[in-house]
Amino acid sequence: MIFVTVGTQGAFDRLISTMDQVAELLPHITFVAQVSTGGSYKAKHMKALEFISPTEFDKYFSAAELVVSHAGMGTIISAFEREKPILVLPKLVKYGEHRNDHQLATAKRLESLNYVHVAYDEQQLKEKVLSMAKGALNPLHSVGKYASLELINSLQNFMAVPA
Amino acid sequence: MKILAIASAGGHWIQLLRLKPAFEGHELIFVSTKKSFKDTVDGYEFHSIPDASRWNKMKLLYSLMCVLKIVFLSRPNIIITTGAAPGLMGIIAGKVIGAKTVWIDSIANVENISMSGRIATSIADRSYTQWPDLSNSKVTFNGSVLS
Repeated sequence: MIFVTVGTQGAFDRLISTMDQVAELLPHITFVAQVSTGGSYKAKHMKALEFISPTEFDKYFSAAELVVSHAGMGTIISAFEREKPILVLPKLVKYGEHRNDHQLATAKRLESLNYVHVAYDEQQLKEKVLSMAKGALNPLHSVGKYASLELINSLQNFMAVPA
Repeated sequence: MKILAIASAGGHWIQLLRLKPAFEGHELIFVSTKKSFKDTVDGYEFHSIPDASRWNKMKLLYSLMCVLKIVFLSRPNIIITTGAAPGLMGIIAGKVIGAKTVWIDSIANVENISMSGRIATSIADRSYTQWPDLSNSKVTFNGSVLS
Protein backbone atom coordinates (compact mmCIF):
# COMPACT_ATOMS: atom_id res chain seq x y z
CA MET A 1 0.00 0.00 0.00
CA ILE A 2 1.15 3.51 -0.80
CA PHE A 3 -0.07 6.17 1.64
CA VAL A 4 -0.40 9.69 0.28
CA THR A 5 -0.80 12.50 2.80
CA VAL A 6 -1.17 16.28 2.49
CA GLY A 7 -0.62 16.91 6.21
CA THR A 8 -2.49 19.28 8.51
CA GLN A 9 -2.11 22.52 6.56
CA GLY A 10 -4.90 21.98 4.02
CA ALA A 11 -5.38 20.52 0.56
CA PHE A 12 -2.61 19.93 -1.98
CA ASP A 13 -4.22 19.29 -5.39
CA ARG A 14 -0.93 18.99 -7.26
CA LEU A 15 0.11 16.03 -5.09
CA ILE A 16 -3.30 14.33 -5.16
CA SER A 17 -3.93 14.72 -8.91
CA THR A 18 -0.44 13.48 -9.82
CA MET A 19 -0.67 10.52 -7.44
CA ASP A 20 -4.11 9.70 -8.87
CA GLN A 21 -2.51 9.41 -12.32
CA VAL A 22 0.18 7.17 -10.87
CA ALA A 23 -2.44 5.02 -9.12
CA GLU A 24 -4.18 4.49 -12.46
CA LEU A 25 -0.91 3.18 -13.93
CA LEU A 26 -0.36 0.81 -10.97
CA PRO A 27 -3.73 -0.95 -10.50
CA HIS A 28 -2.13 -3.84 -8.55
CA ILE A 29 -1.10 -1.46 -5.73
CA THR A 30 -3.56 0.02 -3.21
CA PHE A 31 -3.35 3.79 -2.80
CA VAL A 32 -4.84 5.49 0.26
CA ALA A 33 -4.82 9.29 0.31
CA GLN A 34 -5.47 11.70 3.16
CA VAL A 35 -6.63 14.64 1.05
CA SER A 36 -7.90 17.14 3.68
CA THR A 37 -10.69 19.56 2.81
CA GLY A 38 -10.80 22.45 0.36
CA GLY A 39 -9.17 20.72 -2.61
CA SER A 40 -10.86 20.88 -6.00
CA TYR A 41 -9.49 17.62 -7.44
CA LYS A 42 -11.45 14.43 -6.76
CA ALA A 43 -9.34 11.27 -6.73
CA LYS A 44 -10.66 8.44 -8.91
CA HIS A 45 -8.02 5.76 -8.46
CA MET A 46 -7.17 6.16 -4.76
CA LYS A 47 -9.17 5.68 -1.60
CA ALA A 48 -9.48 9.34 -0.59
CA LEU A 49 -10.15 10.38 3.02
CA GLU A 50 -11.04 13.95 3.94
CA PHE A 51 -11.19 13.53 7.69
CA ILE A 52 -8.89 11.11 9.44
CA SER A 53 -8.42 10.55 13.18
CA PRO A 54 -4.89 10.30 14.61
CA THR A 55 -5.56 6.58 15.20
CA GLU A 56 -6.61 5.99 11.58
CA PHE A 57 -3.68 8.04 10.34
CA ASP A 58 -1.36 5.81 12.39
CA LYS A 59 -2.98 2.68 10.97
CA TYR A 60 -2.46 3.67 7.34
CA PHE A 61 0.98 5.11 7.99
CA SER A 62 2.14 1.90 9.67
CA ALA A 63 0.69 -0.31 6.93
CA ALA A 64 2.28 1.69 4.10
CA GLU A 65 5.27 0.45 2.12
CA LEU A 66 5.87 3.97 0.85
CA VAL A 67 4.68 7.35 2.10
CA VAL A 68 4.27 10.17 -0.43
CA SER A 69 3.60 13.59 1.06
CA HIS A 70 4.12 17.33 1.25
CA ALA A 71 7.51 18.31 2.72
CA GLY A 72 6.14 18.98 6.22
CA MET A 73 8.34 18.01 9.16
CA GLY A 74 5.47 16.33 11.03
CA THR A 75 4.98 13.77 8.27
CA ILE A 76 8.72 13.42 7.67
CA ILE A 77 9.47 12.78 11.37
CA SER A 78 6.59 10.28 11.49
CA ALA A 79 8.20 8.42 8.58
CA PHE A 80 11.59 8.40 10.34
CA GLU A 81 9.99 7.10 13.56
CA ARG A 82 8.18 4.28 11.77
CA GLU A 83 11.09 3.49 9.44
CA LYS A 84 9.04 4.19 6.30
CA PRO A 85 10.58 5.28 3.02
CA ILE A 86 9.22 8.74 2.20
CA LEU A 87 9.04 10.77 -1.00
CA VAL A 88 8.12 14.44 -0.64
CA LEU A 89 6.80 17.07 -3.05
CA PRO A 90 7.40 20.53 -1.52
CA LYS A 91 4.43 22.91 -1.36
CA LEU A 92 5.32 26.08 -3.25
CA VAL A 93 4.38 29.74 -2.95
CA LYS A 94 4.09 30.15 -6.73
CA TYR A 95 1.06 27.84 -6.75
CA GLY A 96 -0.43 29.44 -3.64
CA GLU A 97 0.19 26.25 -1.67
CA HIS A 98 2.07 27.87 1.21
CA ARG A 99 2.98 31.32 2.49
CA ASN A 100 6.70 30.86 1.96
CA ASP A 101 9.04 28.33 0.35
CA HIS A 102 10.40 26.79 3.56
CA GLN A 103 9.21 23.35 2.40
CA LEU A 104 11.51 23.63 -0.60
CA ALA A 105 14.43 24.53 1.69
CA THR A 106 13.60 21.68 4.09
CA ALA A 107 13.38 19.19 1.22
CA LYS A 108 16.71 20.29 -0.27
CA ARG A 109 18.50 20.07 3.10
CA LEU A 110 17.07 16.66 3.98
CA GLU A 111 17.83 15.37 0.50
CA SER A 112 21.45 16.54 0.82
CA LEU A 113 21.67 14.56 4.08
CA ASN A 114 20.20 11.56 2.20
CA TYR A 115 17.25 11.38 4.63
CA VAL A 116 14.34 11.65 2.16
CA HIS A 117 13.48 11.24 -1.52
CA VAL A 118 12.40 14.50 -3.14
CA ALA A 119 10.38 15.26 -6.25
CA TYR A 120 10.58 18.92 -7.24
CA ASP A 121 7.70 18.82 -9.75
CA GLU A 122 4.83 16.58 -10.84
CA GLN A 123 6.80 14.89 -13.64
CA GLN A 124 9.58 13.90 -11.21
CA LEU A 125 6.98 12.72 -8.71
CA LYS A 126 5.41 10.42 -11.29
CA GLU A 127 8.75 9.04 -12.47
CA LYS A 128 10.06 8.49 -8.94
CA VAL A 129 6.96 6.70 -7.65
CA LEU A 130 6.82 4.46 -10.75
CA SER A 131 10.47 3.49 -10.39
CA MET A 132 10.31 3.11 -6.58
CA ALA A 133 7.22 0.90 -6.82
CA LYS A 134 9.24 -1.55 -8.94
CA GLY A 135 12.19 -1.93 -6.60
CA ALA A 136 12.74 -2.89 -2.99
CA LEU A 137 11.75 -0.01 -0.74
CA ASN A 138 14.03 0.85 2.14
CA PRO A 139 13.88 3.84 4.46
CA LEU A 140 16.79 6.24 3.97
CA HIS A 141 16.74 7.39 7.58
CA SER A 142 15.21 6.45 10.91
CA VAL A 143 15.09 7.96 14.40
CA GLY A 144 14.27 6.75 17.91
CA LYS A 145 11.31 7.91 19.94
CA TYR A 146 12.87 11.08 21.33
CA ALA A 147 15.06 14.08 20.53
CA SER A 148 18.86 13.88 20.67
CA LEU A 149 20.33 13.41 24.16
CA GLU A 150 22.35 16.57 23.62
CA LEU A 151 19.16 18.64 23.31
CA ILE A 152 17.36 16.83 26.16
CA ASN A 153 20.34 17.36 28.49
CA SER A 154 20.74 20.99 27.52
CA LEU A 155 17.05 21.65 28.25
CA GLN A 156 17.23 19.83 31.58
CA ASN A 157 20.30 21.80 32.63
CA PHE A 158 18.71 25.09 31.67
CA MET A 159 15.46 24.29 33.51
CA ALA A 160 17.34 23.23 36.65
CA VAL A 161 18.90 26.68 37.08
CA PRO A 162 16.63 28.82 39.30
CA ALA A 163 14.97 31.76 37.51
CA MET B 1 8.48 22.61 38.99
CA LYS B 2 5.52 23.19 36.72
CA ILE B 3 6.21 23.19 32.98
CA LEU B 4 3.78 24.41 30.34
CA ALA B 5 4.62 22.94 26.92
CA ILE B 6 2.86 24.57 23.98
CA ALA B 7 2.91 24.13 20.19
CA SER B 8 0.52 24.43 17.26
CA ALA B 9 -0.79 21.34 15.48
CA GLY B 10 1.24 19.34 12.98
CA GLY B 11 5.03 19.27 12.88
CA HIS B 12 5.43 21.69 15.80
CA TRP B 13 3.44 19.38 18.09
CA ILE B 14 5.30 16.25 16.96
CA GLN B 15 8.60 18.00 17.72
CA LEU B 16 7.36 19.07 21.17
CA LEU B 17 6.39 15.49 22.09
CA ARG B 18 9.88 14.29 21.17
CA LEU B 19 11.27 16.44 24.02
CA LYS B 20 9.25 14.60 26.69
CA PRO B 21 12.23 13.01 28.51
CA ALA B 22 13.49 16.55 29.29
CA PHE B 23 10.32 17.18 31.32
CA GLU B 24 10.59 14.07 33.51
CA GLY B 25 10.10 14.67 37.21
CA HIS B 26 8.16 17.90 36.67
CA GLU B 27 4.47 18.68 36.61
CA LEU B 28 3.50 19.02 32.95
CA ILE B 29 0.71 20.90 31.16
CA PHE B 30 0.27 20.62 27.39
CA VAL B 31 -1.38 23.20 25.13
CA SER B 32 -2.09 22.86 21.39
CA THR B 33 -4.53 23.91 18.69
CA LYS B 34 -6.41 20.62 18.12
CA LYS B 35 -8.83 19.15 20.66
CA SER B 36 -8.14 15.59 19.46
CA PHE B 37 -4.49 15.90 20.56
CA LYS B 38 -5.63 15.23 24.12
CA ASP B 39 -5.36 11.54 23.20
CA THR B 40 -1.68 11.93 22.27
CA VAL B 41 -0.79 13.11 25.82
CA ASP B 42 -2.89 10.68 27.82
CA GLY B 43 -2.63 11.23 31.56
CA TYR B 44 -1.48 14.86 31.31
CA GLU B 45 -3.39 18.09 31.74
CA PHE B 46 -4.21 19.34 28.24
CA HIS B 47 -5.78 22.55 26.95
CA SER B 48 -6.76 23.35 23.38
CA ILE B 49 -6.69 26.90 22.01
CA PRO B 50 -7.89 28.30 18.67
CA ASP B 51 -5.25 28.21 15.95
CA ALA B 52 -3.88 31.52 14.73
CA SER B 53 -1.17 32.82 12.47
CA ARG B 54 0.24 36.26 11.97
CA TRP B 55 -1.93 36.54 8.84
CA ASN B 56 -5.13 37.04 10.81
CA LYS B 57 -4.70 39.69 13.50
CA MET B 58 -8.10 39.28 15.19
CA LYS B 59 -7.68 35.54 15.59
CA LEU B 60 -4.16 36.14 16.80
CA LEU B 61 -5.44 38.44 19.53
CA TYR B 62 -8.14 35.97 20.56
CA SER B 63 -5.58 33.18 20.67
CA LEU B 64 -3.30 35.34 22.85
CA MET B 65 -6.15 35.92 25.30
CA CYS B 66 -6.74 32.16 25.53
CA VAL B 67 -3.06 31.47 26.16
CA LEU B 68 -2.84 34.25 28.74
CA LYS B 69 -5.85 32.83 30.58
CA ILE B 70 -4.34 29.34 30.74
CA VAL B 71 -0.96 30.72 31.85
CA PHE B 72 -2.48 33.01 34.51
CA LEU B 73 -4.57 30.20 35.95
CA SER B 74 -1.87 27.51 35.91
CA ARG B 75 1.14 29.68 36.86
CA PRO B 76 3.90 27.52 35.36
CA ASN B 77 7.55 28.07 36.36
CA ILE B 78 8.71 27.28 32.83
CA ILE B 79 7.12 27.73 29.40
CA ILE B 80 8.63 25.81 26.53
CA THR B 81 7.55 25.82 22.89
CA THR B 82 8.48 24.53 19.44
CA GLY B 83 6.33 27.22 17.72
CA ALA B 84 4.67 28.62 15.82
CA ALA B 85 2.48 31.73 16.51
CA PRO B 86 0.71 30.10 19.51
CA GLY B 87 4.14 29.25 20.89
CA LEU B 88 5.14 32.89 20.63
CA MET B 89 1.97 33.69 22.64
CA GLY B 90 3.23 31.28 25.27
CA ILE B 91 6.59 33.07 25.44
CA ILE B 92 4.85 36.46 25.80
CA ALA B 93 2.49 35.12 28.49
CA GLY B 94 5.47 33.59 30.27
CA LYS B 95 7.26 36.93 30.31
CA VAL B 96 4.13 38.55 31.80
CA ILE B 97 4.06 36.18 34.80
CA GLY B 98 7.84 35.94 35.14
CA ALA B 99 8.19 32.30 34.09
CA LYS B 100 11.37 31.01 32.49
CA THR B 101 10.80 30.80 28.73
CA VAL B 102 12.36 28.50 26.13
CA TRP B 103 11.88 28.77 22.34
CA ILE B 104 12.96 25.88 20.13
CA ASP B 105 12.79 26.92 16.49
CA SER B 106 11.24 24.27 14.25
CA ILE B 107 13.59 21.93 12.41
CA ALA B 108 11.65 22.96 9.27
CA ASN B 109 13.48 26.30 9.39
CA VAL B 110 16.71 25.33 7.70
CA GLU B 111 17.72 28.62 6.07
CA ASN B 112 16.33 31.26 8.45
CA ILE B 113 14.84 31.43 11.90
CA SER B 114 11.06 31.75 11.45
CA MET B 115 9.23 35.08 11.72
CA SER B 116 7.65 34.06 15.06
CA GLY B 117 11.08 32.80 16.04
CA ARG B 118 12.78 36.12 15.37
CA ILE B 119 10.41 37.81 17.82
CA ALA B 120 10.51 34.93 20.30
CA THR B 121 14.30 34.64 20.35
CA SER B 122 14.56 38.33 21.24
CA ILE B 123 12.44 37.87 24.37
CA ALA B 124 12.83 34.22 25.46
CA ASP B 125 15.32 33.36 28.21
CA ARG B 126 16.76 30.58 26.06
CA SER B 127 16.42 29.96 22.33
CA TYR B 128 17.52 27.01 20.24
CA THR B 129 17.86 26.41 16.52
CA GLN B 130 18.08 22.84 15.25
CA TRP B 131 20.62 23.66 12.55
CA PRO B 132 24.23 24.51 13.57
CA ASP B 133 24.67 27.13 10.83
CA LEU B 134 21.74 29.20 12.19
CA SER B 135 23.15 29.52 15.72
CA ASN B 136 24.49 32.85 16.95
CA SER B 137 25.15 34.70 20.20
CA LYS B 138 21.44 34.59 21.12
CA VAL B 139 20.36 31.30 19.56
CA THR B 140 21.94 28.05 20.71
CA PHE B 141 22.47 24.85 18.75
CA ASN B 142 22.52 21.71 20.92
CA GLY B 143 21.29 18.88 18.73
CA SER B 144 17.79 18.49 17.31
CA VAL B 145 14.50 16.66 17.79
CA LEU B 146 15.87 13.93 15.52
CA SER B 147 17.83 11.45 17.63
